[in-house]
Amino acid sequence: MIEARSLSKRFQDKKRGEIRAVDNVTFTCQPGKIYGLLGANGAGKTTTLRLLATILEPTDGTATICGYDVIENPEKVRANVGFLSTATALYPRLSAQELVEYFGRLNGLDEPTLKKRLDTIFERLDMNEFRDRRCDKLSTGMKQKTSIARTLIHDPAVMIFDEPTNGLDIMTARTITAFIRECRNNGKTVIFSTHIMSEVEKLCDTIGIIQSGKLLSEGTLEQLRDQHHEQDLEEIFVKVVAPHYVSQEAR
Amino acid sequence: MSLRNIGIVYRKELTEALRDRRTIITMVIVPLLIFPLFSVGFGAAIAALIGKAKEETPKVMIIGGEDSPAVVAGLKQVPKIQIVPLEQNWQDQVINKQVPVVVEIPKDFERNLADQKEQTVLIHDYEGDLKSETAKDKIEKYFNDYRDSIVKDRLTARNLPISVLKPFAIKPHNVAPPEKSGGALFFGGFIAYIVVFLCLNGGMHPAMDLTAGEKERGTMETILSSPVSRGHLVLGKFLLVFTTALVTAALSVISMAISFGIVNLLHTKPIQAGEADASLHIGIGAALSVFIMAVPLAVLFSSVLITISTFAKTYKEAQSYIMPILFLVLIPAIAAMLPGVELTPKLALVPVLNVSLLCKELIIGTYHWNYIAIIFGSTCVYAAAALFIAIKMFQRESVLFRS
Repeated sequence: MIEARSLSKRFQDKKRGEIRAVDNVTFTCQPGKIYGLLGANGAGKTTTLRLLATILEPTDGTATICGYDVIENPEKVRANVGFLSTATALYPRLSAQELVEYFGRLNGLDEPTLKKRLDTIFERLDMNEFRDRRCDKLSTGMKQKTSIARTLIHDPAVMIFDEPTNGLDIMTARTITAFIRECRNNGKTVIFSTHIMSEVEKLCDTIGIIQSGKLLSEGTLEQLRDQHHEQDLEEIFVKVVAPHYVSQEAR
Repeated sequence: MSLRNIGIVYRKELTEALRDRRTIITMVIVPLLIFPLFSVGFGAAIAALIGKAKEETPKVMIIGGEDSPAVVAGLKQVPKIQIVPLEQNWQDQVINKQVPVVVEIPKDFERNLADQKEQTVLIHDYEGDLKSETAKDKIEKYFNDYRDSIVKDRLTARNLPISVLKPFAIKPHNVAPPEKSGGALFFGGFIAYIVVFLCLNGGMHPAMDLTAGEKERGTMETILSSPVSRGHLVLGKFLLVFTTALVTAALSVISMAISFGIVNLLHTKPIQAGEADASLHIGIGAALSVFIMAVPLAVLFSSVLITISTFAKTYKEAQSYIMPILFLVLIPAIAAMLPGVELTPKLALVPVLNVSLLCKELIIGTYHWNYIAIIFGSTCVYAAAALFIAIKMFQRESVLFRS
């Protein structure tokens, strides 16, 4: 489970002064559910997810993941999290197997458990053909599979996906969305960020709309439709993040 | 758990480094090739060049001398020179290195000698040119011998002993052991410089690759999402950079010991040898001492390199930051080679310069134990401070996610 309470992150920029990348955000993600963080580029999605993955430290507020506080127990938090984004690249000079083993060991797995889990995941993701191939020699699809294997090796209870399909071809993107669904079906808590409406409609149990670091609206797709009297998610999104734009259009 | 994680990170970094061509080149190939090239190769090439110049028969032109046949005949008897007819453009020929020297014998040279008049023989040469210098030496020797024989004849004619002109002789006598004096002193400084340079050079690429390179490739975010703490992560990375720096230093020490051993076996003299009898060799004790002194230096270099590279966003940016550091390190290392720069209590506290000066002494077998203690201790303190800064730097979000 993920619980974010008044989570905030401020940065100092030489030119723009203080930037509130995440501003007093509170939400909860339940096990066996997918929470979709929907927002435009620069809305604060990546920073929110980095805060949850303890890659960044909050300026104010906090979050707990599986009961562990992100500030007090960042290492315990990371041990319970699988973090995947298009920015999380692979070590080019390691083979797919070596890479997954490395992350398994860092997650404290003993060698017999590691081997067992590795074989299961490689079999399940159909990776045996390229397990000894160096990561810099893998195709985009193979790389994504290796990244998925990396996030799964320690069987985390929480999965965080930061725009995981960004820039991927349709087939590779489908592998990722299928994997996200599988995580939910296996009872994992899933949060993922995107700006693609169709992905949210297809996947998410709960949707949070974020803009300028603020969580502006939250609920199931049905709840959002009722709240904003719109059926189309794109219309709802525009209404929430840019009401002025909508009123101008109406005129 | 913590040591285990540092070990896991180190093992992974080592695996990657050993598969990286650039790391292998700077860590293994450069130290193993640079000494044979500098000593056996370069030294032998210079020795061969000098030998060749000495073996050659230089052409010599004579200006004047028509009225002094005995002197000209004497010159023609000098072994391994060839007297050629004088040409109008003799000066151009010397400048163009076609003729190494031209001897100008004054008018009425022999008659003036008999009359005991003062006169000067001119040797026109090309200063700094090896062939010209060799030919000049031969001509000079002939005239010196000729002059001495005339002086001797004159003294004998007056029944005077040679000691009239030479009441006493002055002769320097070197009491320092040959392996610690002359060319060996420069040799020690040179080796220290190479060890310091290669130690830094060995750690440079891995430090940039493991920090700025990881940021650039996007693997930094991947590893930061794993449970390993940033402190353990940077220590694992540091250990790898330290390993490459130290292996580079160790291989360069081993390589120089072997190379100079070969030089002595072949009896070829590298250019550093000032004295003919100074044999250039490095004992196991000296090599080991240099290596021990290189350990804290490698820690210092690795930590500084990691700190600077962590700040950079890309590998190229890291390179541009590290270039000035390279000069900052090389200047004291070069200063240590200069004659007259010796260890003093103050210099013993100057990083890099102190180790370079000490290594210079260690290689020629001088052990100043008080200096060794001060330098080893102070370098350890600098190294620990640098490592502390590197760890702190790696834990700063503003550095890791600098945009």
